[in-house]
Amino acid sequence: MTSTSSTGGYKTEKSWKYWLPKDISILMVLLGTALIFEILGWFIAGQSFIFNTQRLTIIILQMSIIGIIAIGVTQIIIMAGIDLSSGSILAFTGMVAASLAQTSDFTRAVYPALTDMPILVPIFAGILMGFVLGGVNGGLIAYSGIPPFIATLGMLVAARGLARWYTSGSQVSFFIDDYAILGSGIIPVIIFLTTAMAFHFLLRYTRYGRYTYAIGSNEQAARVAGINIRAHKVLVYTLAGGLYGLAAVVETSRTLTAQSGAGMLYELDAIAAVVIGGTSLMGGKGRITGTIIGVCILGVITSGFTFLGIGSFYTNIVKGIIIVAAVVTDQYRNNNNGNR
Amino acid sequence: MNNQDDIILRTENLTKHYGGVHALEEANFTLKKGEHIAIVGDNGAGKSTFVRQITGVEQPTSGDMFFEGKQVEFNSPLEAREAGIESVFQDLALCNDLDVPSNLFLGREELLFKFGPFSILDEKKMMEKAKEVLERTAIKIPNLSNHVGDMSGGQRQCVAISRSASFASKLIIMDEPTAALGVQETTQVENIIRGLKEQGVPLILISHNLRQVFDLVDKIWVFRRGRIVGEVIASETDGNEIISMITGMQGGVHEKDSYI
Repeated sequence: MTSTSSTGGYKTEKSWKYWLPKDISILMVLLGTALIFEILGWFIAGQSFIFNTQRLTIIILQMSIIGIIAIGVTQIIIMAGIDLSSGSILAFTGMVAASLAQTSDFTRAVYPALTDMPILVPIFAGILMGFVLGGVNGGLIAYSGIPPFIATLGMLVAARGLARWYTSGSQVSFFIDDYAILGSGIIPVIIFLTTAMAFHFLLRYTRYGRYTYAIGSNEQAARVAGINIRAHKVLVYTLAGGLYGLAAVVETSRTLTAQSGAGMLYELDAIAAVVIGGTSLMGGKGRITGTIIGVCILGVITSGFTFLGIGSFYTNIVKGIIIVAAVVTDQYRNNNNGNR
Repeated sequence: MNNQDDIILRTENLTKHYGGVHALEEANFTLKKGEHIAIVGDNGAGKSTFVRQITGVEQPTSGDMFFEGKQVEFNSPLEAREAGIESVFQDLALCNDLDVPSNLFLGREELLFKFGPFSILDEKKMMEKAKEVLERTAIKIPNLSNHVGDMSGGQRQCVAISRSASFASKLIIMDEPTAALGVQETTQVENIIRGLKEQGVPLILISHNLRQVFDLVDKIWVFRRGRIVGEVIASETDGNEIISMITGMQGGVHEKDSYI
């Protein structure tokens, strides 16, 4: 059942399985989960879960923010790293962006002299601050040898502290009208999907992606192949930080407020989405398309439990079980040869 | 004395200390163009340490190195590769989650469009070139699109060797290339090494397998306790003499046939 194409005695084609969508098994999990809620919906709530455009829109909108973060986390985990600081970085970068998006009508703006700025200023400020904090993560990991778990744990605490320090704990609101556009309607979804496509391309077709997979697969091999491991790690964490900054801009625009407590536990949702989407915590394997489906699975579960009127603590218990199941599946796959 | 023009690699008093551990002491080594030599020695004799210094994986504590007559200092494996020194490492420096062309071209990808780290890969060209390279070395790999992690140890080693042999290298260094291979796979690798000899590509082979050493190389360098203790022409010595040099014990340890 393999394709017959071969040249010079060497087969270069994959078996028929190659041509199936790579994430078909995860897609089936998504459809199965939605189907379970659909059936339960008719029995318990007496209405459809899936065929409700309003609900679907809310699921997608809610998950766009986690989705943008999860894209950054996907490439880090492919590189055999981890990032626990995304939620805290989102909180701080959101404060920075929001403080530059305030209107002059509000007399107690964070920077009274910097009100009514063009919309690009807060957007770039948020993303830039994300780059900086992501770069600090990457620099610590690459140059000091601190394990990613510890370095980003430090950033988790430090960035949350920065977010509180920035306005002494007060929230930031009263934005210029344009700023609200980024979080309105379908725009967050468009931003999420555009970012996903861009990073899918980067990981699949560029040197950036090749080196990310190579380092995650065998760092020693990548080093002797002449790849500048440290520089690449800094770059990957920096770009991830930029994505957290982008997510922060979208989040503050959607909620029309920035507060130091924002993004709490987003890092775990993002990691969960990545792992559910088939990216291996061991590194070297994973895809953005899988992460998109992973994000949708999380969204369906959260929304489904709300729909059925089941308490959020049950949602967290189920999420926890799914994450552990995903990791166990990953280990099983690793022990029995996986494929990227 | 060697004619300087014939020498491709020379080290003078190359020394490597790891803190208080003297892993390599004043190694004076020469390799002529087209020559195939073996480095032998017991575990901890300094063989791999020596190779790590000349391939830029580590930097020597002191001493000088000359490649093609010029003094060189390699600060990274990439610099050594750019100079034309290719290595096949003991621990199979391959990425299991990448396919054959991705491994062959890792660190020197063919590009469609150059833009620093975001350069776009020319996968088609790499696949074509990979086929050419493997055909040249007569290596049998069932499917080049498979991940290297899905292949047998022999196929993986062949990929690693063909990576070294395929990039117009001026010197190839192999550290225990057949240590983990079966009989048939070992023969395949040895045939590749013989092919390199015919092509005139110089080779440094580190091996514990004296049968293989005598079969494949012109000269044998013996290391003991971080020092070079001798260099002998392979055709003018025997296994017993080499064992004596490796162990430092004189007067034949066993019958020579048992070593070869």
